[in-house]
Amino acid sequence: MPASLPDANTLIARLADAIAPTLTPDTFIVGIHTGGAWVAERLHALLGCRQPLGVLDISFYRDDFSRIGLHPQVKPSSLPFELEGGTILLVDDVLHSGRTVRAAMNELFDYGRPASIRLAVLVDRGGRELPIRPDFVGLTVDIPEHQNVNLSRLDDGHLTLSIA
Amino acid sequence: MNLQLTEDGRLRHLLTLDGLPRAIITQILDTAESFMDVGAREVKKVPLLRGKSIFNLFFEPSTRTRTTFEIAAKRLSADVVNLNIATSSQTKGEAILDTVDNLAAMHADMFIVRHAQSGAAHFIARHVAPHISVVNAGDGRHAHPTQGLLDMFTIRRYKGAFHNLTVAIVGDVLHSRVARSQIHALTTLGVPEVRVIGPKTLLPTGVEQMGVKVFHDMEAGLRGCDVVIMLRLQNERMKGALLPSAQEYFKFFGLTPEKLALAGPGAIVMHPGPMNRGVEIASEVADGPQSVILPQVTYGIAVRMAVMAMLAGGPSA
Repeated sequence: MPASLPDANTLIARLADAIAPTLTPDTFIVGIHTGGAWVAERLHALLGCRQPLGVLDISFYRDDFSRIGLHPQVKPSSLPFELEGGTILLVDDVLHSGRTVRAAMNELFDYGRPASIRLAVLVDRGGRELPIRPDFVGLTVDIPEHQNVNLSRLDDGHLTLSIA
Repeated sequence: MNLQLTEDGRLRHLLTLDGLPRAIITQILDTAESFMDVGAREVKKVPLLRGKSIFNLFFEPSTRTRTTFEIAAKRLSADVVNLNIATSSQTKGEAILDTVDNLAAMHADMFIVRHAQSGAAHFIARHVAPHISVVNAGDGRHAHPTQGLLDMFTIRRYKGAFHNLTVAIVGDVLHSRVARSQIHALTTLGVPEVRVIGPKTLLPTGVEQMGVKVFHDMEAGLRGCDVVIMLRLQNERMKGALLPSAQEYFKFFGLTPEKLALAGPGAIVMHPGPMNRGVEIASEVADGPQSVILPQVTYGIAVRMAVMAMLAGGPSA
């Protein structure tokens, strides 16, 4: 198990290189609030994507709502394009149980029926509880269940990965 | 003991805005803001309350409030059952708590209660099992908290903040549960000047103790206001000794374009509905550019979604 994780910006660049050959001009990039949205914003710029960037806040779709309640500051989701028939690249920072991605896909379908959804994650830390796998990965690493992988953003916009 | 909050300070029931902490009111308004876009989607629903059963218990007739609660619950994917009890078992003499117990036995998760008696929602809230929440949708002259909250949401949307506002509430404050809820919310949110305007017969004695300024002259009361809230004049008041006639009332306390001009061009006009055109408000004002009466109705859905989502989520008390 690594004591520290690689630089987030290096991983984002690696992710962009993997995505670039498959990116069609009509692909919409959608980031999952908050960390996924930061990564999506970077990818959107690095890939020169001409379609508007989307952001999902999946709070209303979480499966643990009845246990832990509503997050007090839910940001509205913003999908400034017609989702119906679109090609979606869904972006998150850390892939763990797969429940966030499940919730995000449910929310996407409430906006319309996309032609396809692919998943890009900065870090796949293992520990899946659902049959979900990423199409593009910056880093695959096994992290024990009791530890958390976090992406944080400094005031200057710099992204950092940490294990706690 | 505060019936409305759990021991760790979360919303348990919504019964009144009197004493509801500012942080909770702000949390409701913020949550409502995030529900605003749900109505504009292809699928106008989020799955938060899937599998929950919400009972609209209306012991007193209502169209707008009941409908907006119903839409709000449906947008949260809850199952909604509407009971108009004035035309149901109550006429057969079933006691209110028997009605509630029967519905609880049908696995109700939430009751939305409207009743002509003040305190009816509190009475039910004290009685129900710990996993059931109660929302007061209007009890007698006492409180109508979701109306007060949607009015605060409307003011915040149009004015941005509360700390620099002068707000006037005009009309039959005496019989108005809406006015009471508004006054509690406005003062809690830090509005520096809340005015009530009306004839002596329609203002409660000692209303100043709620932290408001009293005006019997509408022209003086409207001057410099940022928000003008008109109250419905209930027709039955006209039959008693409180008022001479609707025409007389309109002359002194009806909102006309001329009177509104005293508040200024930036002032917004609100009304909880249903309106008596030509009694408390002129049609030119109700349909005019300063009126936000229809947006109030739309915002009412998001605010009621927020209240229901906050009540239904998280560990039960």
